[in-house]
Amino acid sequence: MPINPEVYLKRNLFHEGLAMVATRDGFGEGLVLAGEMEPNLVVLCADLTESTRTQAFKEKFPERFIQLGVSEQSLAAIAAGLALAGKIPFITSYACFSPGRNWEQIRTTACLQKVNVKIAGAHAGVTVGPDGATHQMTEDLALMRVLPNMTVLVPCDSVETSKVVLAAVKHPGPVYLRFGREKTPVFTTAKTPFQIGRASVFNNGADLLIVAIGPLLHEALIASERLLEKGIKASVLNAVSLKPFDEEGFLALAKNCGAVVTVEEAQAVGGLGGLVAELLGQYAPMPLERVGLGDVFGQSGTPRELLEFYKLTAPHIARAGERAVKRKLLAKKLK
Amino acid sequence: MKTERTTKGELTDKEVLRLGDLAAKIRTEILKMLKVAGSGHSAGPLGLTDIFTALYFKVLNHDPKRPEWEERDRLFLSNGHVAPVRYVTMAEAGYFPIAELKTFRQFGSRLQGHPEHRFLPGLENTSGPLGDGLSQAVGMAYAGLMDKKPWQVYCVMSDGELAAGINWEGFLFAHKYRLRNLTMIIDRNYIQIDGFTEDIMPIEPLSDKLAAFGLHVLEIDGHNLREIVAATEEAKATWDRPTVIIAHTIPGKGVSFMERDPAWHGKPPNAEELKRALKELRTLSGAIQSEAS
Repeated sequence: MPINPEVYLKRNLFHEGLAMVATRDGFGEGLVLAGEMEPNLVVLCADLTESTRTQAFKEKFPERFIQLGVSEQSLAAIAAGLALAGKIPFITSYACFSPGRNWEQIRTTACLQKVNVKIAGAHAGVTVGPDGATHQMTEDLALMRVLPNMTVLVPCDSVETSKVVLAAVKHPGPVYLRFGREKTPVFTTAKTPFQIGRASVFNNGADLLIVAIGPLLHEALIASERLLEKGIKASVLNAVSLKPFDEEGFLALAKNCGAVVTVEEAQAVGGLGGLVAELLGQYAPMPLERVGLGDVFGQSGTPRELLEFYKLTAPHIARAGERAVKRKLLAKKLK
Repeated sequence: MKTERTTKGELTDKEVLRLGDLAAKIRTEILKMLKVAGSGHSAGPLGLTDIFTALYFKVLNHDPKRPEWEERDRLFLSNGHVAPVRYVTMAEAGYFPIAELKTFRQFGSRLQGHPEHRFLPGLENTSGPLGDGLSQAVGMAYAGLMDKKPWQVYCVMSDGELAAGINWEGFLFAHKYRLRNLTMIIDRNYIQIDGFTEDIMPIEPLSDKLAAFGLHVLEIDGHNLREIVAATEEAKATWDRPTVIIAHTIPGKGVSFMERDPAWHGKPPNAEELKRALKELRTLSGAIQSEAS
């Protein structure tokens, strides 16, 4: 059984009957739970209560819900002021606008001052769908990862998103949380381990390492099944904690496998693909294929159409895996 | 120190003289530290000296020995490039030794080129990128009202930085949530790094604009200590709205060849200029006039 039993994934992992819930819904639920636990938690909203799923928090804790309207720059800076006063503010908007529009405020007022501002970026990636490229944020991981003092978390399903919210509240300093609009498979469970700074092995295999973040992790698992049919045993790593990244765990696995594929619904440079290329370049050069946006913007379409068009689905991940393994074997032959 | 509050909002003649002398001393130290640093901003700090003197020695409820004292008034600075006036005034007030001023802008110093919250206790915020100060002060003021805290929040900002849209987002928010514990002080000196504000991006009629945003607007002579103190007292007494004080100042105030000249926005004096400047300042303070001859 290649699926790692220690991560307690859903048994019907690859079946049609898997529940479909958007990660943003996990955010909304996690926020209410966190609000019950932490009286200093406040939520700041920039005119997107419904679509960022802060409505439930607003109803339960109206005195801790702050509506700012469409003003993302002050959203970040006001949150820093609240954090300086001891509050734990979550700023919520679409990732395009926060951290897209307010990067400098996040840099100066949250990161440089190292205060407790939590940035919740909703509607990230191309699966926003019909809204088109203006609202499809694919550069956020690169933007956030480069900031000193920042923590970057990209949960793979709604269950993990709730855990990420609770962890972000307890974690001192600025945190970026990324989630999507579309309903995606719920394949982890309450027992699936999550820890900031740790990556979890979801699937075991010694021929190839697939590192994935966000809901595409499920596509990566499907890809690992397909690869098995071709005789390639792939490990699949959940890199939910993009920063701090589990470098040791990743490098040990990568060295064992000898070839790597990264998977993310973001630009392949600067985010996970960039990070893995940096690490392999520095410590363990080996064949690498990066599945992600290739220096292009998105466009309108259904989420599925767009994932297909930008080659982010399981068949494309499997093909990338084959290419990486082929290069590995070729290099061995040439030695 | 805890400032003793005698008569509400009124300075005695003796206090005016004492604060005036202090301001002259602070201007002297500002110029000296800029000369030693070899870079930094001269005009803004000299123009804001009377305001910072009044704040630290009369208006603010604070304790230099306990910079993190929970009950303190919070003074945010948005135009962080005027750091010299804040550093010197804080040193004079007893936050750190005067001798440390000569480390300004040097490696390892707590006195960073633009003020950094994480380096020096007593700074509420890190500032420099223009426009970011007000919204942070607004967040602090909101938290203060939320938790029913008695302290006041002040934010010193500049006229040039008002071109940044984030300020107007902050004004909207301050008005919406009636942040009565917030007093904004705009240094209206009409200059910015590229020239005169009304040439770069006109901001007049400033008072009307701010009033239209629902703020309680006061206009004062930013070098008149009595007016500065009275305006902050009126701001505190204003219970339904945040107050913005437009403080008209002369950039480079006290040094004739620096006054009103945008060229002095972002440079320090050299040795010869310092000598000339100090002579003029000492004349102002009166007490050591004889030295100036």
